[in-house]
Amino acid sequence: MTTLDDSNKEKIRSVSVDLNNDASLLIDIPDALCERDKVKFTVHTKTTLSSFQKPEFSVPRQHEDFIWLHDTLVETEDYAGLIIPPAPPKPDFEGPREKMHKLGEGEATMTKEEYTKMKQELEAEYLAVFKKTVQVHEIFLQRLSSHPILNKDRNFQIFLEYDQDLSVRRKNAKEMFGGFFKNMVKSADEVLISGVKEVDDFFEQEKTFLLDYYSKIKDSTAKAEKMTRSHKNIADDYIRISSLMYQQKITRILIYTHIVVTMSFVSLQKVEGRVASDQELKLTELLRYYMRDIQAAKDLLYRRARALADYENSNKALDKARLKSKDIPQAEEHQQQCLQKFDKLSESGKKELTSFKGRRVVAFRKNLIEMAELEIKHAKVRSSIQLYYICFIMCTNELQYAWGICKILCEQI
Amino acid sequence: MFVLLCFQSGPASLTTEDLSTNANGPKQASLFDDDPDDLFAEATEEVSLDSPDRDVLLSDGPSPAITPMTPPTSVITPRIGHAHDDMFTHSSFDEVEEDGGDSFDIHISVSDPEKTSMSLFKLREFSVRRRFSDFLGLHSKLASKYLHIGYIVPPAPEKSIVGMTKVKVGKEDQSSNEFVEKRRSALERYLMRTVKHPILLKDPDVLQFLESSELPRAVSTQALSSAGLLRMVNKAADAVNKMTIKMNESDAWFEEKQQHFENLDVQLRKLHASVESLVLHRKELSMNMASFAKSAAMLGNSEDHTALSRALSQLAEVEEKIDQLQQDQANADFYFLSELLGDYVRLITAVKGVFDQRMKTWQKWQDSQMMLQKKREAEAKLQFNNKPDKLQQAKDEIKELEMKVQQGERDFEQISKTIRKEVGRFEKERVKDFKSTVIQYLETLLQTQQQMIKYWEAFLPEAKAIS
Repeated sequence: MTTLDDSNKEKIRSVSVDLNNDASLLIDIPDALCERDKVKFTVHTKTTLSSFQKPEFSVPRQHEDFIWLHDTLVETEDYAGLIIPPAPPKPDFEGPREKMHKLGEGEATMTKEEYTKMKQELEAEYLAVFKKTVQVHEIFLQRLSSHPILNKDRNFQIFLEYDQDLSVRRKNAKEMFGGFFKNMVKSADEVLISGVKEVDDFFEQEKTFLLDYYSKIKDSTAKAEKMTRSHKNIADDYIRISSLMYQQKITRILIYTHIVVTMSFVSLQKVEGRVASDQELKLTELLRYYMRDIQAAKDLLYRRARALADYENSNKALDKARLKSKDIPQAEEHQQQCLQKFDKLSESGKKELTSFKGRRVVAFRKNLIEMAELEIKHAKVRSSIQLYYICFIMCTNELQYAWGICKILCEQI
Repeated sequence: MFVLLCFQSGPASLTTEDLSTNANGPKQASLFDDDPDDLFAEATEEVSLDSPDRDVLLSDGPSPAITPMTPPTSVITPRIGHAHDDMFTHSSFDEVEEDGGDSFDIHISVSDPEKTSMSLFKLREFSVRRRFSDFLGLHSKLASKYLHIGYIVPPAPEKSIVGMTKVKVGKEDQSSNEFVEKRRSALERYLMRTVKHPILLKDPDVLQFLESSELPRAVSTQALSSAGLLRMVNKAADAVNKMTIKMNESDAWFEEKQQHFENLDVQLRKLHASVESLVLHRKELSMNMASFAKSAAMLGNSEDHTALSRALSQLAEVEEKIDQLQQDQANADFYFLSELLGDYVRLITAVKGVFDQRMKTWQKWQDSQMMLQKKREAEAKLQFNNKPDKLQQAKDEIKELEMKVQQGERDFEQISKTIRKEVGRFEKERVKDFKSTVIQYLETLLQTQQQMIKYWEAFLPEAKAIS
């Protein structure tokens, strides 16, 4: 069981702001349990709304339940004009698992210190992945709860309240929809690009912007992930170096370099590792999240484009009917329906996309500021440590005392 | 008093040393005091090699030349030999030479406040041009002269056929430049170590190497020559012999030291491998940062909110600058740590070689003792059988062998003494070396961090300006 206290959560969540502020419906994931590869989230709700049976309650949910909720929302006609918050990605413990494997294999060749250090790093990484996945699932629910239309969805309420296993419902849903809509969405980009003549300037601009931005942000996300991987590799190297230094018998001759280099490296390595995980959370997560969000926005545009296509088709059908003088009333009605649907989508779509832009700018701002502040803080810590050591080496010849002091210092970092 | 301080104990012996002895042999016992504290005089000469083509590079970062640190004592020690050795690589691609197409210019400046001794050099500042093979030739000469009597001869940089071919082909790309720079730096360190050794410095081959304008080509250094093969065979033979020699070590000091160097060898190799991995990963990081910076710039262009767009472009610039920092840091990692460790791995191999030589000397001594024993037994037999003519011959042989045994014992004691001194000197140098390098390295780390702070602090207001 892992419990995340509130202060920690606030610190790590930065991809979305202004969520979970409305006291009428407050949702959070106070803890989660990890069994093998399955994560069980505890979804906790506090509400003043009468539509719920109790004012406060908790239910256990699995990742698949979240996916089910997302898919049902996507496939609800009424929400076609809304940006459905992107589904949280599956918990990915591949990285830590690989490391664990390597650790197990290399146990024979590693020293005890190295092994312990690597194990600690592994546990830290595992915890980081865990925290990330909890955060992402939580944000998904909070986006829903803060959306004026989506938070009234019946399925959402069931998700929050239903104290039995949702797997039965999930199976039914699959049978009903069979992922049909999903397959259609796959070719959304083509529809959008080749698609129908756009009458509205706003949407024309949005389309161009979103298509371009999506490809750019996807690229940036991939590159950012590579960067953080490199940082992790360097941190691992530092671990190995520092553990090698600890191994060496403290002979009178090597003691000097031993101390200095060891301590610098050890201290650096801890900071480096922390920077890697912080940077990962800040920048990469931000980019990754908005990449998915933009995909959701593109989905909205796609649905609108389809509605426009339907409308145009209904126009053609009406003309045909008029020509043939057959089934005119049905054709007219159909055309009216299509027009209404299209207008509704356009109106809500405009609102959604505008607020989306605002949301994005605010989140980027918060993130970039926090990232810059963290980088500065860490660089300052590192440079003060190094400055200390330089002065230290240059001033002392008493090796035994140097060794003792360095040891004490290192424990305090 | 001043003179004494400069040369520690024993200036007298050094000044009276006859420099006209141009014998190519090693100078034996006359040079050494029996003073156990006699640490060799500090080098009065320093050789450093750097490249004027790459002056820009050098002036930016810390210079890779090893400068001696004045110890923080209250006694005033004169500044010893701060030479500015400028060596610039002159890539003369002379296709006739199959060995090293590159030659290096060495600028030497001898700084000697005393002017009393050290009149080894005719000029105070001069420069010569040498090829890579010349360096190797020098090393092999020194090794053949000094190794077997217990001196730790610094090993020369290794040949690299792959790297050399690239340079020869005339590729002006990054990797061949790096290769040349790496080689130049390695040669500089090698030469520095050689001249820091007070005995080697006075060796006529070394002096000739440093001073004469033309050197006869070193032919036995080619990788695939017959001489090279012979060397390999000898090395193999030595390795086999080492395994068969069972020495009765009476001296605990040697036993302890040998074990110490074995351990050090193992640890340094592991450390070296880890540092090489660090260098690689840092280079990777810098590459990934550069590509991220480009991507972020494109994202910034695509962004339609003006302030955010500007901030993203700024972010891209910051990441690019930091990428450059990381690259420089990787170079520092390499030149300071990795190369130093690599040098010491090779040096320790040389040290172990010296210990092996001692064993061989002991073996020789033991062999002659055994021979003497046999001859004595034979003589006794002859006496018993009363063969007067053969007896005389036997007696002569015994006399010869007795002298041989005495010489063998003297050689053994001499080499043991030399090794003790050499090891003491080596350890001292090593501590100094590591200390100064570590400080330089830490300074680069510090610089990197402070630059990073500057860049991020410049970025922060841009991020805050997004509205």
